Amino acid sequence: MTVELCGIALEHPVINASGTFDAIAARRVFGAELIERFPFAAFVSKTVTLAPRQGNPPPRLWETGSGLINSIGLPTKGLEGYLGEDLPELAELPVPLIVNVMGFTPAEVGELIRAFADRPEVTALELNVSCPNVETGLVMGADPRELSALLERVRPLTDKPLIVKLSPNATDVPAVARAAERAGASAVSLINTLRGMALHPRSGAPWLGGGGGGVSGPAVRSVALAQVYAVAEAVEIPVIGMGGVQRGQDALDLLRAGATLVAVGTENFRDPAAASRITAELSALHGNSAPELT
Amino acid sequence: MSAGPAASAGPAPRAAPTAHAAPAASAAPAASAVRTPAPFGRRAVAVTARERHGAYTLLRCEDAGGPRPRAGQFYMLSAAERWGGGDGERPFLPRAFSVLRAPAEDRRLDFLLEDVGPGTRRLDELRPGDRLHVVGPLGNGFEPPRERRRALLVGGGVGIAPLAIWQDQLEDSTRPLLGFRDRARAAAAGLVSSARVATDDGSFGHHGVVTDLMRQEIAGRESEIEVYACGPPAMLEAVRAVCAELAIPAQLALEAGMACGFGACFGCVVPTRAGLVRLCLDGPVLDADRLESALLPGTGH
Repeated sequence: MTVELCGIALEHPVINASGTFDAIAARRVFGAELIERFPFAAFVSKTVTLAPRQGNPPPRLWETGSGLINSIGLPTKGLEGYLGEDLPELAELPVPLIVNVMGFTPAEVGELIRAFADRPEVTALELNVSCPNVETGLVMGADPRELSALLERVRPLTDKPLIVKLSPNATDVPAVARAAERAGASAVSLINTLRGMALHPRSGAPWLGGGGGGVSGPAVRSVALAQVYAVAEAVEIPVIGMGGVQRGQDALDLLRAGATLVAVGTENFRDPAAASRITAELSALHGNSAPELT
Repeated sequence: MSAGPAASAGPAPRAAPTAHAAPAASAAPAASAVRTPAPFGRRAVAVTARERHGAYTLLRCEDAGGPRPRAGQFYMLSAAERWGGGDGERPFLPRAFSVLRAPAEDRRLDFLLEDVGPGTRRLDELRPGDRLHVVGPLGNGFEPPRERRRALLVGGGVGIAPLAIWQDQLEDSTRPLLGFRDRARAAAAGLVSSARVATDDGSFGHHGVVTDLMRQEIAGRESEIEVYACGPPAMLEAVRAVCAELAIPAQLALEAGMACGFGACFGCVVPTRAGLVRLCLDGPVLDADRLESALLPGTGH
């Protein structure tokens, strides 16, 4: 099931969604077996910002029907901590490394991209554009013009593939994807989490420390499938599909909808080796001449 | 996960020395001594027994493929069937449970649970022959008492679990102190040897809270005791406050809602004096003096 994404050869089409697997922590917990049985064909690291961030106050999680609402708030050591502490460890992983970055202004995004542009440990960059541009107040990934302006500025800063992680919380996601393509994105990935919230069962106040949060898991699978399908029709660049993938069939659906790769997110929480099982199931479905839906 | 029972216990790395009057010569073992690595991925184990102990259920399983845990480590549990398998509603995420007992001589793992929500309800339905998914052992277990101190185990409710295995592994400890809401729950006190019991309603043992017993037990022996505690947030906070007042070292096995148990989700952070830490990696046992309060957001409601 080898596959190619922007010139990167991968052993199979299953990777992780950014922020859903900490390979450094997992190595501490599972030891060398994690490396021997690494479940992803490429590893996408958690969002890095220029400055360190503590993230949102707890509680940060709420289990919902067939899913999860999180309000983690992108805790990160920041660029300096990532380069000094995390990157050397992540470079030891047996698969290509994709670094996810987020800036609050186009200049910040540019600085982050320059910091990784010549790092041989880094195969590709993924841009998290689900935050507001503090200069305009507009979410960069929700507005085609904002996104075009950002990419035109940062695209020339690196030869590495630039993957744009699209927000599902946009009026016209295919239009945003087309803008990304025209402005030089190498690929797009979707979906990020959907906005959601939960109230304290007794007090009625927002449960999550951050107020609202992002919904993920099987609860968003059909939304993800629809958006991946629509975006894959709208662009020629590769699409990385994700959202509620639990089984090989879910991965196959996203591939049939036009994705080149599939990412596993929340299911990693239920089983750290889930991606290996999903890859095996997908492989069995591929091997079947008539992989009908079950 | 709000209703998630009992994720608890692992010792605080002493690497970041805290204000404690810990003797300089404290023979604190390296963090690795309190963490047994887990096999990668979840594995199916067979439920071999289910026992009722008052208001609680003891679930026993045979973990043929796993290593022996350290006292205070925990596992993520989910039923192999009807647990968010793609079409279900809640429960969806696995639940964290401290191990109650894991005898060195066999592959048995015992867990203690109370039916308080969809996850524990489903686990409570399991019967011998059913399959359980486990990931673990996870987290850091208890560290041995500092030099010249004896362990005093203080537990409340379903939180007595990690104290039972710790009592099994300790060569020597003073008489454990356990608190329960009422007589029905106090029936689980027999899982820990020779414990003194307090109940909130006075229907069994001392009428009052377990910290009443703790003050009696400690009086005059402040320099000889190290407290190990696990229980509901209000109890842990009371224990923390008493230990801070009397300058007694304490290791608290804490609980926080967790989605994964292995550091992936960043959901189980707890506020410490040094900022937020992931309880599944740096805990679940923390030295009490790392905390301003053991009343953690999102627990015990």
